[in-house]
Amino acid sequence: MPIAKVNGVETEFEPGMTVLQVAERAGHEIPRFCYHERLSIAGNCRMCLVEVKPGPPKPQASCALPAAEGQEIFTDTPMVKKAREGVMEFLLINHPLDCPICDQGGECDLQDQAVGYGRDGSRYGENKRAVEEKNMGPTVKTFMTRCIQCTRCVRFITEVAGVPDIGMISRGEGAEITTYLEKNIDSELSGNVNDLCPVGALTHRPWQYHYRPWELKKTETIDVMDALGSNIRADARGAEVMRVLPRVNEGINEEWLSDKSRYAVDGLARQRLDKPYVRENGKLRVASWDEALNAVASKIKAASADRIGVIAGDLQDAESMKATLDLFRALGSANTDCRQDGAAIGQGAREGWLFNSGLQGIENADAILIVGANPRTEAPLLNARIRKAWLKGAAEIGVIGEQVDLTYDYNYLGAGSKTLGKLPKAAVDFLTKAERPAIIVGAGALIGDTGAAVLNALGALAKKVGVVKDGWNGFNVLHTAAARVGGLDMGFVPAEGGLDVAGMLKPGALDVLFLLGADEVNASASDAFRVYLGSHGDRGAHGADVILPGAAYTEKSGLYVNTEGRVQMAERVVFPKGEAKEDWAIIRALSERVGQKLPFDTLEQLRAKLMGDHPTFGRIDYLAPGASFDVAALGAKGDLSDVAFVSTIVDPYLTNPIARASETMAELSAERTAPVVLAAE
Amino acid sequence: MSVRRLAKEQPESFAFSEDTKAKAEWWIKKYPESRRQSAVIPILWLVQKQEGWVSEPAIRAIGELLGMAYIRVLEVATFYTMFQLEPVGKTALIQVCGTTPCMLRGANELMRVCKEKIGDKDVLSADGRFTWQEVECLGACSNAPMAQINDYYYEDLTPETMAQIIDDFAAGQSPKPGSRVGRHTSEPEGGARVLTDPTLYDGSRAKKIKSLPNSQPAAEKAPA
Repeated sequence: MPIAKVNGVETEFEPGMTVLQVAERAGHEIPRFCYHERLSIAGNCRMCLVEVKPGPPKPQASCALPAAEGQEIFTDTPMVKKAREGVMEFLLINHPLDCPICDQGGECDLQDQAVGYGRDGSRYGENKRAVEEKNMGPTVKTFMTRCIQCTRCVRFITEVAGVPDIGMISRGEGAEITTYLEKNIDSELSGNVNDLCPVGALTHRPWQYHYRPWELKKTETIDVMDALGSNIRADARGAEVMRVLPRVNEGINEEWLSDKSRYAVDGLARQRLDKPYVRENGKLRVASWDEALNAVASKIKAASADRIGVIAGDLQDAESMKATLDLFRALGSANTDCRQDGAAIGQGAREGWLFNSGLQGIENADAILIVGANPRTEAPLLNARIRKAWLKGAAEIGVIGEQVDLTYDYNYLGAGSKTLGKLPKAAVDFLTKAERPAIIVGAGALIGDTGAAVLNALGALAKKVGVVKDGWNGFNVLHTAAARVGGLDMGFVPAEGGLDVAGMLKPGALDVLFLLGADEVNASASDAFRVYLGSHGDRGAHGADVILPGAAYTEKSGLYVNTEGRVQMAERVVFPKGEAKEDWAIIRALSERVGQKLPFDTLEQLRAKLMGDHPTFGRIDYLAPGASFDVAALGAKGDLSDVAFVSTIVDPYLTNPIARASETMAELSAERTAPVVLAAE
Repeated sequence: MSVRRLAKEQPESFAFSEDTKAKAEWWIKKYPESRRQSAVIPILWLVQKQEGWVSEPAIRAIGELLGMAYIRVLEVATFYTMFQLEPVGKTALIQVCGTTPCMLRGANELMRVCKEKIGDKDVLSADGRFTWQEVECLGACSNAPMAQINDYYYEDLTPETMAQIIDDFAAGQSPKPGSRVGRHTSEPEGGARVLTDPTLYDGSRAKKIKSLPNSQPAAEKAPA
């Protein structure tokens, strides 16, 4: 490896690194505003000036300068100090002194670097420029006078989000960041520009003036708004979660976060169930825990085992599902299901329902066939990864399903199962000739009567074109629910002779229907005694006969398995609301009342049991390499018929009870039209 | 330079004329297919030539023609001050140079004349025929003060000649471009004072070139 000297100390670096990266590697912090590791290099803030020999005797922008063998880099000379002070003084000329009312205050790069690298005072006595505010949509609040024109937002939206909506118009002192005619940013990753903004020009609109960063208690946890399990940091003040920010996890969300994961948190304070309710004479009334649990227990005890059933929801932690599953099995019930959408998965090898290539691994695929999924709405950060692979020029992409704008070009192969039954030769060829082909199958293809047949056909195709082979497993199921893989891993599916979701919801099928946070099913047709355990007064709670208030994802410690099969532990940020309890504890209390006391008293014991029964849960933060499995054995042979694949997500901003309770999500849903369906060719 | 904004009142639509379309295609062909957007500046010029200014529907039309995001076209159109974002005079767009040499030679007087005859700076005259602007250096400093009117330079102006030119345009004539003191481009007044000897350029002093620098060396003479 080549060697350069940084402040007189030899430092090895990899070819292609910039001077800035070499200096960082040597342990010297370089101040910067425009430079960002995950974006292209702009070199327009000039804050990263260093002295480099050999070279002209003047400071150089280190972010855009390639490092070279034998180079001498100086980051602490008088010239560098003076250069930084000069740049900082210029940046501050037009920057307002409104830190006391600025939302960025306390976590502002400009503030920090002005203290660290700037002069002590200003010599500028003229008028500062002022810039009109711009509309950028419900997620981004602008204070454009504060903008220092680093163009990070422009580069992020253009490169990563793939929606070239933001630009810099005019020039010089008149330069302004704006969207075209101030339209809304039409990206589901728009919130990230607020994180990227090094000053307070773009701030989080939903949280405007809500908090100061130093008042918040920060807890590292896991997101449940989609099945990726993005790593987040939830910041709370008192009992309220004020905001959610991404944490870096190269394997999952890099350092981005989708708008839903970020801004749905205001839903945690609305529509909450904070007391148990019991229906009396057709009306719900507040009850005590004893009353509510006894009401449920008496109904369960009165019903025969095959007349009770449970549906687990999309946001459930693995522990509560395990407790519920064990309880219902102990009661002798086979009617258990966690697949609210009714997807035909959950049988056979675990690889059959995982995103086997891994989210990071999909970037290595050179051919990707997307079947019945809209990754842009179902998993925006996965879509950004696919876009990255496409941008590199390495991946060719085909789509069977809806023809929507995915922010990259693809070959549209067909609308549904008919295409899959008779794949055009070109479609097979592009997968066959690929070295690492991948198939991404979404719930849209696996639901309904044809689900099993479609899965089987995809398995056959995968086998034929070599999607699963030594060292590469490109068979990927893209889930839409954070709880789904955990549920399938523990076998939360109908046991022998048990009813599935559709079966349980039929009128007359059950006497007691237990909805464990299940809000995405329409239970109104069922005439069973309905028990709802959950956090929000949403679809599941409407029409329930007993409501047991549970904890939302920020209010309990729990395990979640993401679509890749990676187990992650979420932490409690705040306590459950009112009289609400953690879900597993409610199930444990209920078990005692129905005479099937579950063998654990603490969450740790429950976890130990879960990990003992299903060892995959014991490997926290571990991504198993995509093992080879018999992909052709998936699903069941059957008539493919002619069904168009439509994503199960109707409105990407209203997919779960928390999002539906969120004002921001309602606004986004109303303002951001669903992705435009392209005209069929 | 102030903040550049699109005009408040915009036409309903924009369509490329046959001629503009053909020329645009010619420009696009100059670049590889994947670099179509390189043609954005020439096409903005063509559009301005066709309409007199660049309207918002035109920006969208260019974006669609070149496969660019609208904002990218807007960035270019607002960056360059030569693109007029508001309607300008149909008869004459007068751009008076106000940079130092012209200013010292009386550009302010020219602007006073423009203001008297046409109205305020950067504002379309009431009859819609004239607009005048102050612009930065147009690179004809030796002929200061000067103004660019439509596509041509009018140089060595005085308040009187400026007024005359405006009157001529108003009368429907097209005054001859160039210097108002009768000199040829930027030669001194009264004609050139150096390099006047015709033998400098009529070839009579030229020496015959025996061998061009890179030509074959002369064949060596055979030994006697």
